[in-house]
Amino acid sequence: MLPWQFTLKLKVMKNLVILGAGTAGTMMANKLYRDLNRKIWNITIIDKDEIHYYQPGFLFIPFGIYQPEDVVRTKAEFLPKGVNFIIGDIARIEGEKNQVLLKGGRTLPYDILIIATGANVVPEETPGLTGSLWHKDIFDFYTYEGATHLAKKLENWEGGKLVINLAETLIKCPVAPLEFAFLADAYFTEKGTRSKVEISYVTPLSGAFTKPKATKMLSALLEEKQIHVVPDFYLQEVDNHRKVLISYDQKEVPFDLLVTIPVNKGVDMIAASNLGDEDGLNFVPTDKQTLQSKKFENVFVIGDATNVPASKAGSVAHFEGEILLENILSYINNLPLEAKFDGHANCFIETGYGKAALIDFNYETEPLAGKFPWPVVGPMGLLKVNRANHFGKLAFKWIYWHILLTGKSLPVSSHMSMAGKEIEKKKSV
Amino acid sequence: MNNGKVDVNEEGYLKNPAQWTPELGHEIAKEVNIELTDRHFEVLNWLRAKQAEGVALSIRKVGNSGLVDIKEFYQLFPGGPLKISSKIAGIPKPVSCI
Repeated sequence: MLPWQFTLKLKVMKNLVILGAGTAGTMMANKLYRDLNRKIWNITIIDKDEIHYYQPGFLFIPFGIYQPEDVVRTKAEFLPKGVNFIIGDIARIEGEKNQVLLKGGRTLPYDILIIATGANVVPEETPGLTGSLWHKDIFDFYTYEGATHLAKKLENWEGGKLVINLAETLIKCPVAPLEFAFLADAYFTEKGTRSKVEISYVTPLSGAFTKPKATKMLSALLEEKQIHVVPDFYLQEVDNHRKVLISYDQKEVPFDLLVTIPVNKGVDMIAASNLGDEDGLNFVPTDKQTLQSKKFENVFVIGDATNVPASKAGSVAHFEGEILLENILSYINNLPLEAKFDGHANCFIETGYGKAALIDFNYETEPLAGKFPWPVVGPMGLLKVNRANHFGKLAFKWIYWHILLTGKSLPVSSHMSMAGKEIEKKKSV
Repeated sequence: MNNGKVDVNEEGYLKNPAQWTPELGHEIAKEVNIELTDRHFEVLNWLRAKQAEGVALSIRKVGNSGLVDIKEFYQLFPGGPLKISSKIAGIPKPVSCI
């Protein structure tokens, strides 16, 4: 190749850069690698570490249902070989210059940027949470370290007051804390120590269930499993010495073992790039339908990193992925962004003893009862506790590694479907 | 409430934020024993603007807004500040996905 030919080739190549190789980023890398013209587009994905954790599996680790090795793979094995995978720390995005700076000084120019940097638990946000009792009597289960330390603690714990506390409402996988409470009830029952354990679920919301249909269908579970709910409790600090949670209005909840769901935030790099919401939680203002950033038209955001009012969950990232692919292809072709995300989410709720419930909802429609994914036959039941749902949840691990991450389609529409759902007839007034 | 001119759900939250008026805010506030001041209205207007932008709200978001800190938010709307202020502001109740 002559030097001028090489230069010409470089000039016409365009760069699509993905920040974050978690669920959303990996999925987008696979989809775009398949659908973009690779003679024109270079795809680069950046992440700070090599390990891909199956985050939905963290819930099962404390109870010995999954072993740590069940949730750990490498990121590289899920990325197409033709995608450049850079392991490095992102310093900031310079949106006006269309470039990303890595710590260490490397600069990556982009034509299109996808932010998929996710959300993390930040226990340091709450005074006393990471004090002297951290990983002794206070644990989280949203991290690999937290879940594995908690597993060891539960093995030998003799009983007492187990408190599950949500420090904030905007959290990843919002049903996981409730699943933890259900699984804890089953775990201690099977161990023969349930009578020595008091389980409390302490939440800033008005209850463990907040939507009318879910409340009606599932709230009996709490009574049945003797889980005490403390509503409207917004954690201000943890007193390690007295072992109590203290709320902003000075209510107190004592604990022997605290399982905390700490405040969730986006990554600090978002703030350093001046791209975060004004609330300082580092989530990126994003159009809730098109998934385009509100600040730069060539920047798109997916998954937990956005500030859209959808659940922060893998299923949401998956449904967003289909919409985002379509909109990026439209953007490249100078067409209007016509694909609209409707907030679709689909989540299993483990209830213990080999059973689970399933919910399917979007921005506008609350979880309703019915059958899923096919009307009448199911086999899974919406807002119902059964074995088919539990097997669905276990099968999801295989689906996650083999279908979801590789960017393939599931037999479930991106847009929520009303088929199979029971709609209450309007009452006449 | 309001001579049946607005649609509310079973818990008294407005179904359509566009039907809200400051007068209606005063009426709802009275039911929860709050006398609204200008300070309350600053928070109510901020909540309404954010809700209209399609932003998911939380107590911490309000506390970090630069408008009020969490302590003051509790003083203005004691008990469950986001739940109560959302009701008075005519926007949906803060909920989880279930």
